[in-house]
Amino acid sequence: MVRSLFAIVMAFAVFGVLLLAIGRDPVEAYTKMFEGTLGSKVGLSEVGVRMIPFVLTALAAAIPARVGLINVGGEGQLYIGAWTATGVVLYMGVGHIWIMLPLMAAGGFLGGAAWGAIAVFLRSWRGVNEVITTLLSNYVAILLVNVFVFGPWKNPEGFGYPYTADFATEAILPALAGTRLHMGLVLPVLAVLASYLILTRTTWGYNMRAVGGNAEAARRRGIPVGRYLVVAMLVGGGIAGLAGMSEVAGIQHHLRPGISNNLGFLGFLASWLAGHNPTTIVATCFLLAVIIVGGDVLQFSGNLPSAAMFILIGLVLFFVLGFRRLDRATA
Amino acid sequence: MPNKLMQSKTGSGVGLKPAETSAPLDTAVHSGTSTNGHSHNGVHPSLSLRGISKRFPGVLANDNIDLDVFGGEVHAVLGENGAGKSTLMKILYGVYQPDAGSILFKGRETRIQSPNAGRRLGIGMVFQNFSLIPALTVVENVALFLPHHGMFLSRRAIARQIQEVSDKYGLHVIPNARTGDLSMGERQKVELVKLILAQAQVLIFDEPTSVLAPHEVDGLFRVFDELKRDGYAVLFITHKIQEVLNTADRITVLRHGQVVECGPRQGATAEHLVAMMLGIGVPEVVRNTQSNLETANGAAVEFRDVWTTDTNDPRGLNGVSFHVMPGEILGVAGVSGNGQQQLGEVLLGLQRRRKGTVLLFGQDVSRRSISSMLNAGVGYIPEDALGMAMVPDMKVEENLVLGELDRYGNSGIWLDRKGMRRQVDTALSSFPLKLAPLESRVEHLSGGNIQRVILAREMAMDPKVLMAYYPTRGLDVLTAETTRSLLMECRQEGGAIVLVSEDLEELFALSDRLVVMYQGNIVGEFQPKSASLHEIGLLMTGHHQ
Repeated sequence: MVRSLFAIVMAFAVFGVLLLAIGRDPVEAYTKMFEGTLGSKVGLSEVGVRMIPFVLTALAAAIPARVGLINVGGEGQLYIGAWTATGVVLYMGVGHIWIMLPLMAAGGFLGGAAWGAIAVFLRSWRGVNEVITTLLSNYVAILLVNVFVFGPWKNPEGFGYPYTADFATEAILPALAGTRLHMGLVLPVLAVLASYLILTRTTWGYNMRAVGGNAEAARRRGIPVGRYLVVAMLVGGGIAGLAGMSEVAGIQHHLRPGISNNLGFLGFLASWLAGHNPTTIVATCFLLAVIIVGGDVLQFSGNLPSAAMFILIGLVLFFVLGFRRLDRATA
Repeated sequence: MPNKLMQSKTGSGVGLKPAETSAPLDTAVHSGTSTNGHSHNGVHPSLSLRGISKRFPGVLANDNIDLDVFGGEVHAVLGENGAGKSTLMKILYGVYQPDAGSILFKGRETRIQSPNAGRRLGIGMVFQNFSLIPALTVVENVALFLPHHGMFLSRRAIARQIQEVSDKYGLHVIPNARTGDLSMGERQKVELVKLILAQAQVLIFDEPTSVLAPHEVDGLFRVFDELKRDGYAVLFITHKIQEVLNTADRITVLRHGQVVECGPRQGATAEHLVAMMLGIGVPEVVRNTQSNLETANGAAVEFRDVWTTDTNDPRGLNGVSFHVMPGEILGVAGVSGNGQQQLGEVLLGLQRRRKGTVLLFGQDVSRRSISSMLNAGVGYIPEDALGMAMVPDMKVEENLVLGELDRYGNSGIWLDRKGMRRQVDTALSSFPLKLAPLESRVEHLSGGNIQRVILAREMAMDPKVLMAYYPTRGLDVLTAETTRSLLMECRQEGGAIVLVSEDLEELFALSDRLVVMYQGNIVGEFQPKSASLHEIGLLMTGHHQ
């Protein structure tokens, strides 16, 4: 814990040196970042808005990681979840909000789960490495969404933009007054709670650890290893799908290309930073959200391109993982 | 002279001289003496070990070992698995550092700090599983290994050198072949070429024939003869007696980490070597004296003509039939890798059989799931504790209940840790061995302590059938004895035990019946009281069949 905090401070320090090197004042930049994120109600709410998909996609990596699967497919599963949730809106017609939103969430979950299923079944049947399949299926998912929003789902009254028609209010996650922070917040809260309870307090969680720790030993003790792999990946994909649903229903209010902007990959990173621990994930996602939102603030104030923040995220990653290794080596 | 032909061709770059290359160092010790000679009278050995000892937690792997290897000879180190051969070779190659003793290279004391240091001295090792990169060609693999080329590689020069060595020793290595396309035997030859080009003078072969087909074995031994003629020292590690008798000039036998015999091949007999290798002494305390057979209800386990391969592949089961009665210990003797592992894996359902029937208490269980076999009372102590039985980053307690949560009061979804702890304590109360603390992680335990956890786990379920692989391996003498008592106790209560071991003393002491496995078959069945150790040893090594 102390080590990780130290690593993060180090990352900020090195980034500060970089800022100095390009002629920016790091103190001023960090002050602006702080004011724009934690220092104001709007800033805080924006951090919350970013944390919703981060936490969900981080869990999408963490849960499969518990059984030894590496899910790099959060991005694609998010897109498919957004796509299926949108499909629910487009084809089910408009119902009551308390029917629409759960249906959309279910649709998003099932879509993401189905997308994850491709990888895990290929792994179970043919032994195909899931890193490759989940990674590559991201691009297929992104392009699949493009096919629909440029084609059959394009809003005819949308002036040619590749957007679907805007959702009716019944299909939109209500936002807190004056902010963009929407009701999708309950999704990561519930998902973290459920993951924590399942992983630490149930026999399933125990068996998942056994499968992830030594699948051969687990198999020899009669634990149905294959079933655990499949279920973990489906649940992980499904949670990423929920992130997609929450993005279209809470932020975008329609489906369009580029809804994610690396949310899936950042979640993957947050999960690794957190050692795949669902409660620690909340902390690492908070950090990432602060950096990303802070980057936007710096961009608005004309100081830095927001892409610079990815350098800071990269530094955080290197320092945290670097210090963890050291930890293990000296243990 | 050995390398005249090649020297004239190669000119610069990598020389091919086994002995002369390190001449400056060499002559400093004994000026002018050629180590290329065929006899070693008055010559320093290429490599000498004096008093080498190496201890691992719970095991003295090497105990005061002396060994001399001369240029121009094939020196075989013979011993069972676990006799300390591999440890000794790793010390020679710089992987391990000895706890005591010294290593002399050409009469000069040296420390081999790392495999790189060993390589620089001229010690080359052909590993059991080779260190070649399958995607690269032979030339590329060799180039990777050679330290002497500059910034730029001359593929053609290296290819030419490979060709020369290959022609000289009849290795038939094709320099531009992709390594991944080569057979195991061919890869072994590439390894050898690599070492020769890197100017190794002492060549260590670790179980070289285990990956070879029979005809390749003969080829390898012809290469040994050639190498010997050119002054190389060949150190040949094996447990196969016949091979030693066919190829070695001198033989060193290791048992329990000690040198029990060292002498020339002349006069050595298979019987004598078996005896030295396996050790014939009075077994310790536990002995199986009284029969406890319960034959009334038929066999506990029966295999009828079970195959795991379609052809006579020695790596699987080739038509194995046997049975074990309740209250009987069936000892399975054999060098590991002759089908013993498959016996248990087929029984438990880990591995599919191709043909044949497996019966558990008279019922066909050929298609039953692993968990149903475990529930039916099949216990399993596997050969590789950490890899097959334990989750290293889980606690001792968690490993004790692995896969059996429902038996420890956790049949529902929610984990009841307190209740589980109570039941674990109860189950352990009658277990005679001291376990590591329940809270410690298994990855931090020694081999012996891990073995105890497995024993505790398997004994707690009162197995009706127990597959026990090397159950006392890695245990100190007292714990090993307690373990044997536990097996006897299990048998006394009507358990049927299949005891797989390489320790013949143990098999003789515990078994009601003994079978010998060789290349996927049961090649002999004995009553321990009337069996001859020599005969079993010979059967184990495929000597008679």
